[in-house]
Amino acid sequence: MQVNALFLYTQRFDMETDAIEKIFQQKIDEEIKIEPKDWMPEKYRQTLIRQISQHAHSEIVGMLPEGGWIKYAPTLKRKAILIAKVQDEAGHGLYLYSAAETLGIDYLTMMEQLVSGKAKYSSIFNYPSLSWADMGAIGWLVDGAAILNQVMLCRTSYGPYARAMVRICKEESFHQRQGFDILYTLSQGTDEQKAMCQDAINRWWWPSLMMFGPKDEASTHSDQSMNWKIKRKSNDELRGQFVNMIAEQVKVLGMTLPDPDLKWNEEKNSYDFGEINWDEFWNVVKGNGPCNKQRIEARRKAHEGGTWVREAALAYADKKKNKSKAA
Amino acid sequence: MPENMLSKIDYCLHLADNALILCHKNAAWCGHAPSPELDIALTNISLDLIGQARNFYQYAATLINENNAKGDSVTDDHLAFLRDVNEFKNCLLTEIPNGDWGQTMLRQFLFSNYQYFLFQQLINSKDEQIAAIAEKSIKETTYHLRWSSEWVIRLGDGTPESHSRMVHAVQELWPYTGELFLPADYEMDCLKSGIGADLELLKKDWWNKTHEIFSEATLSIPGKSFVQDGGKYGKHTENMIPLLTELQYMQRAYPGCEW
Repeated sequence: MQVNALFLYTQRFDMETDAIEKIFQQKIDEEIKIEPKDWMPEKYRQTLIRQISQHAHSEIVGMLPEGGWIKYAPTLKRKAILIAKVQDEAGHGLYLYSAAETLGIDYLTMMEQLVSGKAKYSSIFNYPSLSWADMGAIGWLVDGAAILNQVMLCRTSYGPYARAMVRICKEESFHQRQGFDILYTLSQGTDEQKAMCQDAINRWWWPSLMMFGPKDEASTHSDQSMNWKIKRKSNDELRGQFVNMIAEQVKVLGMTLPDPDLKWNEEKNSYDFGEINWDEFWNVVKGNGPCNKQRIEARRKAHEGGTWVREAALAYADKKKNKSKAA
Repeated sequence: MPENMLSKIDYCLHLADNALILCHKNAAWCGHAPSPELDIALTNISLDLIGQARNFYQYAATLINENNAKGDSVTDDHLAFLRDVNEFKNCLLTEIPNGDWGQTMLRQFLFSNYQYFLFQQLINSKDEQIAAIAEKSIKETTYHLRWSSEWVIRLGDGTPESHSRMVHAVQELWPYTGELFLPADYEMDCLKSGIGADLELLKKDWWNKTHEIFSEATLSIPGKSFVQDGGKYGKHTENMIPLLTELQYMQRAYPGCEW
């Protein structure tokens, strides 16, 4: 008797879950945003936590390659712009950590996942910044690639994520323009400056293409994310869009992209380009890039080195609360 | 060039150098602060300081160019990136290492407290440009003072660990506070001509505020200690060499370029 009741109960529960899931998918299909208190499949929640926290980590780790150049910026104006730019990235990190928190994970847990190496972040930030021109190349190519992904995410199905992306995109497009402006100024400068500009493009081009992730056929999370409209364009689609954009803009700089196979294809109405070095891609993802260790170490130091500050702030807030209660 | 003009230029350079050097030190926290919120807040202060530095350098450059018969004009960037260490006129306090977050907060408080009362006086400067820059800057500095005061209190009266770190920070920084109120020749000249601040008056305001904040932070003000000075005349600590090596690297390595 008991077994039967349990069977009936679980069957009913499954049916209910199926029905709720149908309603959930219907909302997605009708472009109604999913909000924090709405029912959502556990896997949708987990996928979003993984993606949004990775995205937040990328903003925070992404401060490092550029932040390291604030001290060397060549003019007062460039120094001010670079400080403001890196500060924007911290702001983006905050919006995104807050968006992830609406899904039931807290900031400290996410930060611990980052410094323990459990959580990933964009591999592009594991490459070193070696010259002032890199500040331009990062803005133009890295932020440029990020924007394509982020513009798509402004329409993602999870409300808080989509809204955070709208704000982020506005600032990122400014970053891309200032990056291009740095490179443009270099391209009009001395031979040394021109060489610096070309060298930075050569070093950042292929890693930027890798930012769109593995080829569609090798991308493990893509199908489900497309159905849930977390993601709305495939990796290869976005990558192609990026190549078409940059291959034209590089002409304005009078520079070249380091790809002998880059060629306009009339039939496809887009550029063909060479094969990405996927061994390098996977190597950096697995932690063997030129700066993986240094980036994590810098974040670990900041986080653990700040423990006493956070503890003191909490202790002081408690004292204040107790005092006001006593009064 | 008339003597009082030289003093005015030195005064502007002194005010600009203070802001630039502290900006440069604070900006080293960018990406490394204890939390993203604190990272953003301190970086904001760096941004305000570089804005103040640019305003004072640009004014100094204008005065230099107007009074230079030779015709070689200078810009704000020349003044920031191509002067040698003994030409920098910032107070030593601004060039002291960041230390831990507590030391950076205390340095900011001690300096913002000074800047706040300085700008309060300079808004009445007979020099319109200096008065205008002070008027713009005091809005920013009011916030810097409030924010850094709150952190000095929070850390001083937080945990035993944070308290002892703050006691250490006070010991490190205190010897550099006296210089803020020791007027250099150019400061005295500017006071006489009605364009500069009265440091005796400023000292009183600064002391009152420092007493108030230290007492709330449960920190003691050290007894008489030796005053380290010289920064206003270009006699700096050894910290300035690596600092200028970073700051001026690009302009020194690639002279005469547009960026």
